[in-house]
Amino acid sequence: MAILLDEKSRIVIQGITGAEGSFHTREALKLGSRIVAGVTPGKGGATLDGIPVYDCVGDAVEKHGANVSGIYTPAAFTPDAIFESIEAGVELIICMTEGIPVLEMVRVKQALKGSGARMIGPNCPGITTPGVGKVGFMPNFIHKQGNVGVVSRSGTLTYEVIWQLTNLGVGQSTSVGIGGDPIVGSGFKDMLALFERDPQTEAIVMIGEIGGTAEEEAAEFISSEVTKPVVAFIAGRTAPPGRRMGHAGAIISGGKGTATDKFNALEKAGVAVEKNPAELGRRATEILEKKKNQG
Amino acid sequence: MKIHEYQAKDLLREYGIPVPRGRSAATPEEARLAAGELSGKVVIKAQIHSGGRGKGGGVRTAASPEEAFAVSAEIVGMQLVTHQTGPGGKKVHRVLVEEAADAQRELYLSILVDRSQRRECVVIMASEAGGMEIEKVAAESPERIVSCAIHPVVGFSPFQARKLAAALHLNSEQRKAFTDITRNLYRLFLDKDCSLVEINPLVIIGDGRLLALDAKLDFDDDGLYRHPEIKGLRDTDEEAPLEVEAKNASVNYIKLEGNVGCMVNGAGLAMTTMDMIKMAGGEPANFLDVGGGASPEQIEKAFRILTSDPHVKCILVNIFGGILRCDRVSSGLIQAAKNIEMKLPMVVRLQGTNVAEGRKMLNESGLRFTVAEGLYEAAQKAVSLVG
Repeated sequence: MAILLDEKSRIVIQGITGAEGSFHTREALKLGSRIVAGVTPGKGGATLDGIPVYDCVGDAVEKHGANVSGIYTPAAFTPDAIFESIEAGVELIICMTEGIPVLEMVRVKQALKGSGARMIGPNCPGITTPGVGKVGFMPNFIHKQGNVGVVSRSGTLTYEVIWQLTNLGVGQSTSVGIGGDPIVGSGFKDMLALFERDPQTEAIVMIGEIGGTAEEEAAEFISSEVTKPVVAFIAGRTAPPGRRMGHAGAIISGGKGTATDKFNALEKAGVAVEKNPAELGRRATEILEKKKNQG
Repeated sequence: MKIHEYQAKDLLREYGIPVPRGRSAATPEEARLAAGELSGKVVIKAQIHSGGRGKGGGVRTAASPEEAFAVSAEIVGMQLVTHQTGPGGKKVHRVLVEEAADAQRELYLSILVDRSQRRECVVIMASEAGGMEIEKVAAESPERIVSCAIHPVVGFSPFQARKLAAALHLNSEQRKAFTDITRNLYRLFLDKDCSLVEINPLVIIGDGRLLALDAKLDFDDDGLYRHPEIKGLRDTDEEAPLEVEAKNASVNYIKLEGNVGCMVNGAGLAMTTMDMIKMAGGEPANFLDVGGGASPEQIEKAFRILTSDPHVKCILVNIFGGILRCDRVSSGLIQAAKNIEMKLPMVVRLQGTNVAEGRKMLNESGLRFTVAEGLYEAAQKAVSLVG
């Protein structure tokens, strides 16, 4: 089963002829991803390794039944690309683009409300479902099919954790990077709800960061709605307040959004909090073992 | 991006928001002339990107142009220490000279983006407790802060300002002025991709008028590409020199107080590496993210930045190769070590794409370094090398 990206996914890549778009499309194909079309305005009629390129997302939906869109367009054109996908009726929009102004994201969120589309990102590494494929930047070799759901605000830190799991023989159902911006299409809560409902997922690994209140909101949700075990880590315990730690969203402002606040909120919600990320994989393994013995 | 108060007030003026008369001065002589253009008592305010300037002696009054000269002579060039600058303080290059206002009441007004999933929109906040730190008010008496969310499609509606004004106990004349100020401030916020506009205090003066006595404007870095006029307001004197250099090299670097320099790919992993250093009993000297697709040249530049911080006693390289291949990292490290005379001990932890090639290159390079396999092991080794 897995979540979001599955056997039914038919992917269109927006910005497929760009440097990033073409590179990651080829990488995704190696993993078996079903990419049915690409879109680059002005390049309609071209192909990339046999994948047809169109001017509009609507064509990819109409002619190839595309229901998932991966976006690699430059930041200035990305809100438009997202609006186009929503209008074309794409169900899942995965946006890797970094550097979209926050006020544009306020508009995007408004457009998503009441539409049938769900969005992951922006500024995210994308989604991988081992055995099905991927959209985004996650390196191909780190994954293994299995029962742990991974959800994270980071990029390379996520690869690190997935790789730990794989090396311990623990596979993943789906790994999702929700993105490092202040406003993102989907939050931890949304992903936790999907993992909770997914029969393949038996445990969840959640990787948060300083800034905002997404982790606190997730903690609240976990305590009332999530029955599966959750292991969590928060990056940035040593980050100084008022400084943007790379990601636009990773900033402690007005004394809010500290790692300690988040660790405490998660611990209170019954989450297995791990303060040493080198131990996250091992911790998740233990929990799965325990569950197996009980179950 | 932050700007100075005098720049913020110029923008407020442009948007029809009342601010005290005055202008900025870089020398005591300019300050004397600026004071001469105003009548009566003036206020001289040090222009640095920090709050709490008054307590540090950076805001003073002068009764005459001559006194304005004398006071400015003391402020310009001083190392101003506030609770936000750190113990070293910040050098003052410029003052704002403006007419003194007889504030009867001090209010607070700000606009920002509320990023909680419940809202995710622009929010206007106001309080009767102006002139104080708003974080303190929020912690001690949150009921004194009122706010309203702005629907992104509907936009600002005057009833919202009326509602806030009522909570601030303004009379009908002042409510009208307050509504205009709020509407214009919101317009400015949207037009310029602000991340925060804060007027603290917004004062009511003797004749009943409202005046923005102080102003803080922060901008969304991601929006700057479409506002060259705002980008032009950047003052690199306010940033750590190494951070300016890093920005020019498209490397994400923030200087910290410790002595373990670190170079990492990815913001989350970079923060985590800092956390691990601390966990191992050390102190990170910086946050440094070379990005997902760093070139050998960028890695060399990052290295130069790390080694030019005199506090750094050891360097920890932590790379998880995804798109960024380990062999490219190694080639950047080798190139950098050759070009810079590297004397500092170094711990290298490579994982991921092309890790075998990367390690082989390092081993054959003749470079001296300690290898680590695991994340925590790397931090422990780096901390032990600092001694």
